[in-house]
Amino acid sequence: MTIKIYGVPISTCTARATACLYEKEVDFELVPINFFGGEHKQPAFLSKNPFGQIPALEDGDLTLFESRAITAYVAEKFKETGTDLIRHNNLKEAALVEVWIQVESQSFDPAITPIVLEYVLAPMKGKTADKAVIDANLVKLEKVLDVYESRLSSTKYLAGDFYSLADLHHYPYTHYFMTTPWASLVNDRPHVKAWWEDISSRPAYKKMTEAIASC
Amino acid sequence: MAAIKAHGSLISTATNRVLVILYEKELEFEFVSVDMSTGEHKKDHFLSLNPFGQVPAFEDGDLKLFESRAITKYVAYEYASKGTQLIHQDSKKMAITLVWMEVEAQQYDPVASKLVWELGIKPMLGMVTDKAIVEENEAKLAKVLDVYENRLAHSKYLGGDCFTLADLHHLPTLQYLLGTQSQKLFDSRPHVSAWVADITARPAWLKVQALRKKH
Repeated sequence: MTIKIYGVPISTCTARATACLYEKEVDFELVPINFFGGEHKQPAFLSKNPFGQIPALEDGDLTLFESRAITAYVAEKFKETGTDLIRHNNLKEAALVEVWIQVESQSFDPAITPIVLEYVLAPMKGKTADKAVIDANLVKLEKVLDVYESRLSSTKYLAGDFYSLADLHHYPYTHYFMTTPWASLVNDRPHVKAWWEDISSRPAYKKMTEAIASC
Repeated sequence: MAAIKAHGSLISTATNRVLVILYEKELEFEFVSVDMSTGEHKKDHFLSLNPFGQVPAFEDGDLKLFESRAITKYVAYEYASKGTQLIHQDSKKMAITLVWMEVEAQQYDPVASKLVWELGIKPMLGMVTDKAIVEENEAKLAKVLDVYENRLAHSKYLGGDCFTLADLHHLPTLQYLLGTQSQKLFDSRPHVSAWVADITARPAWLKVQALRKKH
């Protein structure tokens, strides 16, 4: 039975989940949710994710939500084939992957998300982007990227000299961020820039962006 | 000298998250206090352990980690055969546990941490609580706890039948909020209330409280 992902390609969190499936070359079916029609807040979807957010995953009788739990599940289930996103045979490397997964989740994401949401989403809703929110979060993001610059000057990827789930989790929001006027935050940091160019040249990233563009 | 060292501050929720798992797993460790009042966490020595200058940091032999939820995951897997079992070998059960670990990190903690800061830590530091922030975040926490109430009506613990990392990760912020006006949000939801009473009474958590009282 094929894995199902409930969501929409333009949703950053849906894209995080599908990018992982593309990277692992695992077949899946994207079941569209009428996001702008509020389908994710209806009982049928709430039974899959009680927080009423996309994406959700179904694999047989298993239902999961939270994009990073979905990617962890996919990376674990298919760990023996394709790219080893979790370094499952090396406990030390696996632990470092977890560290940088948490960094993305706890430091990078809270800074970049409000910028992307204000710049990309506000106009879609007919509102003006809140400059104060953007400015405050640019300051936070710069501090995070300074640490990334230092880290990436000693390792090729975040967890080590190997691509991992920690890098992949950065895909969706950075994809949108690089379309904003503040892409220089990445481009002005040579190691961050090189890292982004490398990981965004992977086939899985291209498939993710093609799906976004086809919406 | 213990191979395991936990560096942090006893008032830090993230530090307590690491201490409680070390007690749950019955591991020998050394607690190394970091004096945040003098900015020790921003000095080079500590930055070499955590480049983001945040507590806690963790050492196990020559492995250095940071981010409390990466540390707990490492400890839970590396020492799976010791103390309390905090993960599942069954991949489906573990996937569900991972979902609720993400819920704690993404839905619960951002809100609970703001309330901990306003109602728990600011008073300790002689700072004024922002009532608007408290009101806003109590409303958000109420919605999260409504989902928890429903979940815990069908499941003894968040991840399933057993206490796991999904429950453990909540302990530090829970403990702070139980001493504040926000306690009513937990008390008014019977299944949440029972779960809180259960997990905060665990011997390992009581040991963390005892450590705090000693210092």
